[in-house]
Amino acid sequence: MENRNELNGQLRIVIVGHVDHGKSTLIGRLLNDTGSLPDGKVEQVHEMSRKRGMPFEWAFVMDALQAERDQGITIDTTQIHFKTAQRPYVIIDAPGHTEFLKNMVTGASQADAALLVIDAAEGALEQSRRHAFLLHLLGVRQVAVVVNKMDRVEFDQYRFEAVSREIREYLAELDVFPKAVIPIAARHGDNIVTRSDKAPWYDGPTVVEALDAFRPQQTPTDQPLRFPLQDVYKPDDRRILAGRIESGRLRVGDTLRFSPTGATATVVSIEGWNHSQPIVAAQAGQSIGVTLDKRIFAERGHIAHLEQGAPHVTHRLGVRLFWLTSEPLTVGKTYTLKITTAEHRVTVESITAVIDIEDLSSTPAKAVHRNEVAEVVLRSRSPIAIDLASELPRTGRGVLIDGHDVVGGCIAVEVDEGPAASTNTTEVSHAVTTEERFSANGHKGGVLWLTGLSGAGKSTLAMALERALFDRGWQVFVLDGDNVRNGLNAGLGFSPEDRAENIRRVAETAKLFADAGVLVIASLISPLQADRARARAIGGDRFHEVYVSADLATCETRDPKGLYKKARAGEIAEFTGISAPYEAPESPELTIDTGALAPTEALGELLDYVDTAFGKTSLKQGRL
Amino acid sequence: MTADLDYLESQSIYILREAYNRIDKLALLWSIGKDSNALLWLCRKAFFGRVPFPVVQLDTGMELPEVYQFRDRVAKEWDLDLVVEQCPPEEEMDQTLPPLTRAAARKTEGLKNLLHNGKYQGVMVGIRRDEQATRAKERVFSPRSLEGDWDVKDQPAEFWDHYKTRFEEGTHVRIHPLLHWTELDIWRYSKREEIPIVPLYFAKDGKRYRSLGEKNITFPVDSTAGTIDEIIAELVVTKIPERAGRAMDNESEDSFERLRSAGYM
Repeated sequence: MENRNELNGQLRIVIVGHVDHGKSTLIGRLLNDTGSLPDGKVEQVHEMSRKRGMPFEWAFVMDALQAERDQGITIDTTQIHFKTAQRPYVIIDAPGHTEFLKNMVTGASQADAALLVIDAAEGALEQSRRHAFLLHLLGVRQVAVVVNKMDRVEFDQYRFEAVSREIREYLAELDVFPKAVIPIAARHGDNIVTRSDKAPWYDGPTVVEALDAFRPQQTPTDQPLRFPLQDVYKPDDRRILAGRIESGRLRVGDTLRFSPTGATATVVSIEGWNHSQPIVAAQAGQSIGVTLDKRIFAERGHIAHLEQGAPHVTHRLGVRLFWLTSEPLTVGKTYTLKITTAEHRVTVESITAVIDIEDLSSTPAKAVHRNEVAEVVLRSRSPIAIDLASELPRTGRGVLIDGHDVVGGCIAVEVDEGPAASTNTTEVSHAVTTEERFSANGHKGGVLWLTGLSGAGKSTLAMALERALFDRGWQVFVLDGDNVRNGLNAGLGFSPEDRAENIRRVAETAKLFADAGVLVIASLISPLQADRARARAIGGDRFHEVYVSADLATCETRDPKGLYKKARAGEIAEFTGISAPYEAPESPELTIDTGALAPTEALGELLDYVDTAFGKTSLKQGRL
Repeated sequence: MTADLDYLESQSIYILREAYNRIDKLALLWSIGKDSNALLWLCRKAFFGRVPFPVVQLDTGMELPEVYQFRDRVAKEWDLDLVVEQCPPEEEMDQTLPPLTRAAARKTEGLKNLLHNGKYQGVMVGIRRDEQATRAKERVFSPRSLEGDWDVKDQPAEFWDHYKTRFEEGTHVRIHPLLHWTELDIWRYSKREEIPIVPLYFAKDGKRYRSLGEKNITFPVDSTAGTIDEIIAELVVTKIPERAGRAMDNESEDSFERLRSAGYM
């Protein structure tokens, strides 16, 4: 894909500034003076102005909604198209009123470049500064300043220079350097399209010349690859990992590593529909799908990258954020942090500083209130794959979600790469019915019974599965054969009778968990068909048997607990596989051959199965 | 020449995939016009050939015969899960609305019935910002109240492609994957991709439909454009708004706005 703006492409500009400094008027005038207004619009504005007993009002061109016309302020961001001789534009009007900051952010975040409007008489007021700061946070780097209403100060050069100097100094502290500062009178069209004869001392560009000098935001193809997954599709026997490349390039044959899991696989194909030629490469900005040579555990939220230039993986990060909601952000509160498609539960560890918009000074604080910007430290229980915003903006920023709503935005300024905290436990609450729990959890409860020889990899697989599901927000718990023998089943030995009782108790316990909505992963050798059949009878149709298979020789070579050695030496009586039988399942729901599959592949297969049997897809019909 | 179309396409595919992943019960509204045809095409691209959710036509029985023929042919060829929702009669509409707006409001009520009966949480609609001033104010993921109303004054923040995908029980979201496209983009894309088009868009006897609606409230405009290339050439120079042939938009200053805040597409 070529850069999107090469020929017909439009440039997206946002016009920001303090309320009443004349943004809507500037836009109305731009549309008119570039000949971009549809027929009849000027007459319509005449009529609307006349009806309200006002002189001709350019701002009405934009303010198409009834509510706005009555209040005289722009409520929401609106997008309007116009053309210069050079190219088409879309202007995003962003309201200056404090109340509507979320609308300003919504508009400005889509822009390639910004025009900051400042009233010549009033100078850069609080909202002008706040908007300038947000442009910096939102990553809008190309800015031009227009000093409006110059007619009100009689096109005074000294007044213009004072306002110009003040805003340039402020922007410089944010590392924003305006391409131009232009004296205009939007109402009369001075220096919009045509050069004004009222300011002969000004020799810089007109507004349209400044706009035409902006460059479209480049899609970052020369930066490290970041390919965050949106979804995994199985339209037929293909397993397609779908997403959009946020930076860099990807080719068939590339070995991808996925963060935060660390799984790796090679790209076999880039899938498309209605393409005459096979696709061999893709780059930043493209929505694609790939197939891999291995079935690894990879899902929405994981980021694919190359071996070189990996993102950071952390449980703790420092962000600069803006806050959009009336409920303040406070230390200790927990939010969902969403970075590209990955979601993490994060807790506010500290508020390092709230930044004063007026003079950019910092003050430590206990809370961040609406419209404030601050530096905050967030801690997550799941590992976060992230870049620093200064290095890779698109994967170095995210939103904070509280309940149903986006409540703030943030960019990563610091990551802590200390050792990952480990939490393999989860809590179960008992005050809801099973059915309610299914629907609240977004998955079914059930029993996933992992059977196999000692050393076949049951515990490893069980713990990895628990981790992966827990990070997705599932209610999941491992009942491990060894662990239950320390408590629930302390006192039971390894005779056939005791083994049967051990399994019965685990099956009954697992059933209780499943009733409460939890997915229980029971990891037990459970060597006898009859014992497992009883466990199935207890669990009912929510019981799923998984045969974790590996031949005896493999298990004995692995011997993670040194038990085979002891059994061979005769130190353990009735050891399964050596001195006691293992009856392999005849028709398990799933067989995982850990002798043939790498651990991440084995986990991938198991997760696919869990998704189908217990996941969202099992709750609804007719999906891909 | 069409690099900008690749960008538009990629963005729409991203939105479609977000909707499909995040919203449990999803449907796509197919007006059988040029925009929703392009939207269906994009769905096939996003999901590798198959549209994985129901495609709904809100039918007032007032479409032109060519529209119904096109619907039945394409639904079969593309193996669509087509749902035809019959809209309630005009007598049941809000009688304070001007008469033509009232006719258009039938679709709003049809949509409400669809949502209620199908328990849909998300409805994809092929509207664009450049079509009409109130549509310019839309979000890509636009939440509706329990009654289906649109609160233009209190819309969610939407930036960096993070969309509102969590809702109160019983409410739904409108998803607008074509919001950032223009009329010209749609035609250029339809040409490049060879997307099937209802023939009514092409001029016959000096008239063509520029925006396709029901026969009682939509009128052809003067045009000699008989091919997509000629339509593209016409759009580059025209100053006539796209929806000029849509009677209900122009019946009174706020008629379309009233329709939309009550839940019209």
